[in-house]
Amino acid sequence: MAKILIVAETLGGELHPTTGKAVACAAQIGGEIDIAVFTEAKGAAADAAAKLDGVSKVLQVSNAENGAIRAATLAPQVVALAEGYTHILAANTTTGKDIMPRVAALLGVPQVTDIMAVHGEREFDRPIYAGNAVNRVKAPGDFTLVGTVRTASFGNVAESGSAAVEDASVSADLPAHTRLVGQETGGGDRPDLQTAAKVVSGGRGVGSAENFSVIFSLADKIGAGCGASRAAVDSGFVPNDMQVGQTGKIIAPDLYVAVGISGAIQHLAGIKDAGTIVAINTDENAPIFEVADLGLVGDLFKVCPELEAAL
Amino acid sequence: MKALVPIKRVVDYNVRIRVKGDGTGVDLNGVKMSVNPFDEIANEAALKLKEAGVISEVVVVTIGTAKAEDQLRSELARGADRGIHVVTDEEIQPLQAARILAELVKRENADVVIAGKQAIDDDNNQTPQMLATLLDWPQATFASDIKIDGGKATVQREIDAGAETLEVDLPAVISADLRLNEPRFIKLPDIMKAKRKPLDKVELSEFDIDVPKLEVVSTSNPPAREPGRMVKSVEELVAALKDKGLV
Ligand SMILES: Cc1cc2nc3c(=O)[nH]c(=O)nc-3n(C[C@H](O)[C@H](O)[C@H](O)COP(=O)(O)OP(=O)(O)OC[C@H]3O[C@@H](n4cnc5c(N)ncnc54)[C@H](O)[C@@H]3O)c2cc1C
Ligand SMILES: Nc1ncnc2c1ncn2[C@@H]1O[C@H](COP(=O)(O)O)[C@@H](O)[C@H]1O
Repeated sequence: MAKILIVAETLGGELHPTTGKAVACAAQIGGEIDIAVFTEAKGAAADAAAKLDGVSKVLQVSNAENGAIRAATLAPQVVALAEGYTHILAANTTTGKDIMPRVAALLGVPQVTDIMAVHGEREFDRPIYAGNAVNRVKAPGDFTLVGTVRTASFGNVAESGSAAVEDASVSADLPAHTRLVGQETGGGDRPDLQTAAKVVSGGRGVGSAENFSVIFSLADKIGAGCGASRAAVDSGFVPNDMQVGQTGKIIAPDLYVAVGISGAIQHLAGIKDAGTIVAINTDENAPIFEVADLGLVGDLFKVCPELEAAL
Repeated sequence: MKALVPIKRVVDYNVRIRVKGDGTGVDLNGVKMSVNPFDEIANEAALKLKEAGVISEVVVVTIGTAKAEDQLRSELARGADRGIHVVTDEEIQPLQAARILAELVKRENADVVIAGKQAIDDDNNQTPQMLATLLDWPQATFASDIKIDGGKATVQREIDAGAETLEVDLPAVISADLRLNEPRFIKLPDIMKAKRKPLDKVELSEFDIDVPKLEVVSTSNPPAREPGRMVKSVEELVAALKDKGLV
């Protein structure tokens, strides 16, 4: 039977909602699911992890090193806990992508990046070519399976559990060669892009940072998270953590509204699993209309305020 | 200071790929191939550091078929000093690539590796992190800014929550994100010059890449979306959204 260890994602000592997506994937694999939470102090993150349905136990590893999450100091701690587990999983976030290949290399095993479907304990689908093709991969033999979970492909798990929280100490030599100097996080009050049910995104067509208020305003009206194309980020309209796409965030909201976005394949790679895609663009030939469930040709500066007023 | 820049030959990012009917992979026949865009950025970063007097030599490395020499030559034309081509027709997985690169880093006595953050064919995003681990080096992935000074690299990284800055002791592995720079254009005379730059061919058999591998069972198209429809007005859009229970 599978015994799965999930590396929790934390941000500022709190559990990040993407951790639940990894639990949802583990539940499909089946077997026992434990979560390891690495934080500076005991508390909030581990308690939140214990509530995730399907989790057997939470291993809380609290030490000063974990005040700053760095791959080089986290990976050896994960490996120190790995004994006895058949699978080690994390969400495919920038943190998961940073840490898990290090875990895999320490264990001398390959990694399955971006698991999007489970076909068996050791057989999965994963996207290649920015999601334009899907590889079904199998891990032959019985080496520890290390993988990251595509958060857009799995639902949220309920939070009615009450798993035991155990203090775990790890004896691993942690390197001193990597120091966190600082973080600039956007945050804000809008729903988290990767878990939001609705997202409104703006592209180059929005034209400027000031004009982006049109997008924010519409998003706030419907309680949506806010995203952007790479062109909008590169033009300095909005910060990079809002980028949706192959090299930004891969998301699966129930509703995605693309405003002034042409629909380049790299952008579409980020929204393939969205429920309903709405596109608003002046160019009737924009490729975004090929994937949109509902398309409206029109000027965003006219359409968005009208839409906001009508909702 | 010597920099090693691993580059991969991949399908050009503008190509709409086609999955083969029999599920055995993606059709590469007659498809335009290019340098992985992140690797162009990595090389550009190394070249900028060379121009700033921080790095003295930039060595570009590729592991791939005989044809991957084209991509190595184009990065030599961009300005790298020397190339190493590990020639193989085998499909090399990230842990194997990392083992080959780790061996080359030791042979070359490199002080820093600047790689792409991910190859846009398999989208694995693993090799630089694995390489750093095998060498027991620090890593700074998804870099949007690199400063090297006094045996340390200060790297700004793109993370889901925004940005962060790491300081790592050298030697280190750095992986490049899109916003690190805009690679310079390659000029025709430089393409000619690059033909004469040193390029070593190395046999795959020189490396120990006997590690567990993943098997690809089949390749398929992603699930197709239902065809959509165009609406004529905001009212019609709102009605459709209400109908679907989305607003
Ligand atoms: C390796 C690689 C990775 C990439 N990763 C990503 C990624 O993760 N995410 C991403 O988004 N891109 C990514 N890109 C970039 C991508 O190729 C496109 O360049 C980008 O998505 C274009 O953004 P855009 O649609 O906002 O801009 P444009 O393509 O310039 O489109 C702007 C659109 O706005 C419309 N418009 C203009 N004015 C108005 C108006 N008043 N009202 C309504 N519509 C209007 C125009 O008709 C046009 O369709 C990547 C590129 C590469 C090479
Ligand atoms: N076959 C290869 N030859 C040279 N460099 C490679 C190769 N495969 C991966 N890399 C490097 O590792 C980075 C990440 O690749 P990947 O882990 O496959 O997504 C790439 O951007 C390259 O810099």
